[in-house]
Amino acid sequence: MEWEAVIGLEIHSQLATNSKIFSGASTTYGAEPNTQACAIDLGMPGVLPVVNKEVVRMAAMFGLAIEAEMGEYSVFARKNYFYPDLPKGYQISQFELPIVGKGHLDIELEDGTTKRIGVTRAHLEEDAGKSLHEDFHGMTGIDLNRAGTPLLEIVSEPDMRSAKEAVAYMKKMHSLVTYLGISDGNMQEGSFRCDANVSVRLKGEEEFGTRTEIKNINSFRFVERAIEHEIERQIEILESGGEIIQETRLYDADKDETRSMRSKEEANDYRYFPDPDLLPVVMDQAVLDAARDSMPELSDARKARFIDQYGLRGEDAGQITASREMADFFEAALEVSGGSDAKIVANWVIGEFSGALNREGLSVQEAPVSAAMLGQLVKRILDNTISGKIAKEVFEAMWQGEGDADVIIEQKGMKQVTDTGAIEVMVDEVLANNPKQVENYRNAEEQKRGKMIGFFVGQIMKASKGKANPALVNELLKKKLDS
Amino acid sequence: MSLGPDEVKKIAHLARLGIREEDIPEYARNLSDILSFVEHLGEADTEAVAPMAHPLHATQRLRDDVVTENNQREKFQQLAPQTQDGLYLVPKVIE
Repeated sequence: MEWEAVIGLEIHSQLATNSKIFSGASTTYGAEPNTQACAIDLGMPGVLPVVNKEVVRMAAMFGLAIEAEMGEYSVFARKNYFYPDLPKGYQISQFELPIVGKGHLDIELEDGTTKRIGVTRAHLEEDAGKSLHEDFHGMTGIDLNRAGTPLLEIVSEPDMRSAKEAVAYMKKMHSLVTYLGISDGNMQEGSFRCDANVSVRLKGEEEFGTRTEIKNINSFRFVERAIEHEIERQIEILESGGEIIQETRLYDADKDETRSMRSKEEANDYRYFPDPDLLPVVMDQAVLDAARDSMPELSDARKARFIDQYGLRGEDAGQITASREMADFFEAALEVSGGSDAKIVANWVIGEFSGALNREGLSVQEAPVSAAMLGQLVKRILDNTISGKIAKEVFEAMWQGEGDADVIIEQKGMKQVTDTGAIEVMVDEVLANNPKQVENYRNAEEQKRGKMIGFFVGQIMKASKGKANPALVNELLKKKLDS
Repeated sequence: MSLGPDEVKKIAHLARLGIREEDIPEYARNLSDILSFVEHLGEADTEAVAPMAHPLHATQRLRDDVVTENNQREKFQQLAPQTQDGLYLVPKVIE
């Protein structure tokens, strides 16, 4: 029996506004508990929510980016449930008329082909507060700073067929919202998280199997692992003749498994109805035009331009443009380097720079080496001040905060030796010290000599501590050995 | 439309209302009467009428994205039955 997974994702992306969706309280992360929860966020009697203009513009930009249908009116609704981190007893969300309708996002699969994933809808809603279950003498502590923070909930069609596709979709969506600048995408702080709906069916079957929902996954790695485990678990149950129960499950990263959340006594009954405190929000041509004007170049367009304008390989261009920060970094470094050799800049960005970021778990903004610093380093390779090999040492020194490239090259005397006389002295010395190898070389056939010369080059580079210009060394060696 | 005792109990639970067993028949009768009254609306032909989200013919006014609220935690927390370290305390919640 061959099984097939059917996956849909609901992504919650926090919108990067200064104030909350319905109040003028700040959304800054990490403040003292309840210092950013005003009367509206607390659900005090007599308050009236007023919609933040910026969330409408951001939703419009998102809708345009996924080529979504957008109606002229969208309506806020009350989703009713009781939980202490939701002081009003309802969450203001959208139900029947969401701000963004049907759209789509193209993802790239491992084999290089493109797959179109449908987006069912995206709606605006307010986030809830945070419950702290640590010991408060048998009580629970509530911090309402997060209550009222604007969220865009992006619901996909059940179009994904493997955990890998789900991760590719989540990454692409993350890249999109950060490119648009509508979310900071910070997953540790919960700005970008998702719920996954997973079911399996026999391949070729039309009907969907019973699905389970995995809640609150906040990393790309966990999304892949959680879905993979859930698929395996469901297949095992079905193959042993069992039945899948529709339920909500939690992914436990420590144990690397999903487990059932205590199933509620009854199915959720949210009794949605239009919020009488809020009027319909208009998305007319003026709003759409303003959103269109503020749209940046998005990743797919930027990738195509990098291939076309800079001659980068598709894979490299894809890697650099996957995040807006990295693509901005690349273009800034390229400009400082003089702009003549994009490929070498790309190699440094993908190689040393990304490698160092990964090693230390830093973001582009947190890197100790700026785009200007890397650009200057590449400039010094291109003008033959230093060799590529020495440049790696300079990069490491820059990363350790020892200054910019010129300062380090000067201080450590790393300048490449391009003085023919000086190199000639080194060449003579190496040849004099290795008479046997010289004799072997001269007796060897022409086609073997190319390989044998490497030995001498190595010795000279060692003697010069890597500073001799390799092209000059080769040239002088050949002249002396072949004479 | 008429509601039975189980439906009344469910509605009370959703609203977190404690009701006495002996009052249930009366609640059921009252709620059923309200529903029957509203059912008259079903007699109107609404085929060509778009659903209404709000009785006012107006659209939402939008607010600029500016922080206008300052910290009034101390004032708000004076109204709360119990607080600690800036947190509101509530009876323990177990998920």
